[in-house]
Amino acid sequence: MLVAHLDPLASSIFSLMVITSLLLAFVMLGSRWLNNYLYAFGAESWVIAALSAVIGFYGGYPELYFIAILTALFRGLLLPYWVWRMIRRLNVAREIHEILQPSSALVIGAFCVIFSLVVSYRFGQSLDLAGTVAVLALTVMLSMTLIGFLMLAVRHEAVSQVLGLLLLENGVFLGAQILIPGMPILIEIVILFDLLIVVACFGVLVQYLVAHAGSTSSLELKRLVG
Amino acid sequence: MLIAPAAAAVGCLLVRTPGAAEKFNLAASIVVFVTAIPLTILSASGPYHYWSDYIVLDMPGAWVGLCTAIVYLLASIYAVGYMRLLSEEGEKLWSFYALFSGFALTVLLSTIMNNAGLYWIAIELTTLVSTFLVGFERAAESIEAAWKYIVIVSAGISLALLGTVLFYWSGSFVLGPVYDMTWNNLQLAAAKMNSPLVGLAYMLVLIGYGTKVGLAPMHSWLPDAHSESPAPVSAMLSGALLNGAMLGIVRYLTICDAAGIGHIARTVIVALGVLSLFVGALFIVRQDGIKRLMAYSSVEHMGVVALGFGFGGPFGVAGALYHMLNHSLNKSLMFFGAGNVMRSFGTKNIREIRGVWARFPVQGSLWLAGAAAITGAPPFGLFLSELVILRAGLERGFDWAVYAMILLLMIIFVGFLNHFREMYFDPEPQSQTRLLPISRWCVAPMWFALAPLLLFGIWWPNALWDHFMNIGRILTVAHP
Repeated sequence: MLVAHLDPLASSIFSLMVITSLLLAFVMLGSRWLNNYLYAFGAESWVIAALSAVIGFYGGYPELYFIAILTALFRGLLLPYWVWRMIRRLNVAREIHEILQPSSALVIGAFCVIFSLVVSYRFGQSLDLAGTVAVLALTVMLSMTLIGFLMLAVRHEAVSQVLGLLLLENGVFLGAQILIPGMPILIEIVILFDLLIVVACFGVLVQYLVAHAGSTSSLELKRLVG
Repeated sequence: MLIAPAAAAVGCLLVRTPGAAEKFNLAASIVVFVTAIPLTILSASGPYHYWSDYIVLDMPGAWVGLCTAIVYLLASIYAVGYMRLLSEEGEKLWSFYALFSGFALTVLLSTIMNNAGLYWIAIELTTLVSTFLVGFERAAESIEAAWKYIVIVSAGISLALLGTVLFYWSGSFVLGPVYDMTWNNLQLAAAKMNSPLVGLAYMLVLIGYGTKVGLAPMHSWLPDAHSESPAPVSAMLSGALLNGAMLGIVRYLTICDAAGIGHIARTVIVALGVLSLFVGALFIVRQDGIKRLMAYSSVEHMGVVALGFGFGGPFGVAGALYHMLNHSLNKSLMFFGAGNVMRSFGTKNIREIRGVWARFPVQGSLWLAGAAAITGAPPFGLFLSELVILRAGLERGFDWAVYAMILLLMIIFVGFLNHFREMYFDPEPQSQTRLLPISRWCVAPMWFALAPLLLFGIWWPNALWDHFMNIGRILTVAHP
């Protein structure tokens, strides 16, 4: 178990990075401009890439350097670029109809974090890991997942929903890096590629949506009920 | 078995003519079906591992593979007739068949993955391929359905990924930081895992793959996707994909059993099953769309299968597996019939479909027989499998679930057949437009589906029973 015996420096670096990505998730939650979402997501992916590299260094997993490069390339550059192109082509700059003001969304997000903290604290105690980075990583993993769901629920613009899903996966990925750095590399690579395909599919679908439903807001999708 | 659909997908992409694509796909489905039967028999003589343990041929997987192969064959025959009618999409037909065989390939892949991570990837791939099949007709409704499908299912499946990660983590306390996450390894290590953590991971996985299966609170994508996609795709979604995702839940359930939290895990899945039946019953009674009716019936039947696996024990597992096969056959039949009627009447609305019997005596009778079968009336296969599941429930002490199931099944029986009574016997409105004729390709698979269904209803082969018992033994570990 990597996280159980770390020197203080490494553990503070990990914590710093994990907290940074959580903050970036909140940036996404608190803004209504699609470009801000995108920049926050890109930055978060870079933080996660750096985190993989650091874990690879301290934990002695050389293959994580490779993962770090792939993460930076795919999630840090390629995905944001695609989404950016999508935003430009669709000509939407911001969320227009909000169910929830960003400020209230932030408050709910904070509750999500508290909830995840309680859950992971309990697990940390039962696993004898209280006070280690593992608890923090679990907290952030769970809360980023919840925040991703929150974004899916309260945002309507197709692009924000895609970004919400990506945020969800970022959270899982971040947690996985710290909790299970030894997960076979093959799987991690395939999951990365998989994400690429997901976003490509979303890109195609968004085009259809514009062409056939006339809008990218999911509020317009109400033909199928019952 | 895997090479055939892969070759067909590549062939369709290369040749790009509708005629050739049709033949490629049909040939592939026949090959898959022919190879699936010996593989199912072969799997009985112990699990076989290939490719350094990444692929496994075991009995539950092979069984789901067989169900998939059957539906793929039936749907491919049906697609020949059905897709020719969609003249407006004629030139894109090759891409339909490429996607269709690709879809079959991904579902088959998911059944033989031995690694929880790779299984997740296979399931994710099924979503991606089938999204384009759902949106194939390019109508605004189809695109809407495809969008809902991909957003809801992707979100659900990310939860499954989270659950998978937590399973790996809980395993790493026992097996060390680096290990192969095969089902077998997890099951062996489960007894020493931290059970609250396994519980949390299981709940996440259940919600994640449950979204894909269409269990009740997470079912909302299902009626849209099933009703808006072309009929052969609906049949594949319902008869093949849902089973493939259910397989994952069952495998995790076995791990939970081994971890000693089997009872709570089972109670949750039984509760979800009852809820699915409840939601299915509500929407079946008040339903206007003919294919949405079938879709909610899928929710209901997945609920029944979930109940069977949730009850567990030899009877529960046998009933659930038998139900999978029967449901695959029957739901294909129902979607084919619905597709035919929809095409020829030119509407999806039940209220505008009248006088089916008078107009289509032969295939109308087939469809009606299918309707009787799907509501669980004897002498068809689903009656037997539901009966066995009920018995398993009583035996394992889930009495409340059994009574709820009986009640809800009766409501569904009445509600479902009431729609059919209206369609078959209610007087027709005066101004009746001319109906489109139905191709023979579209009726033949209905025969192929009904005949075994009737056969399995009257005669449950002994060999099959033994096979189920063996699967039940694999899926039921030390803690009963």
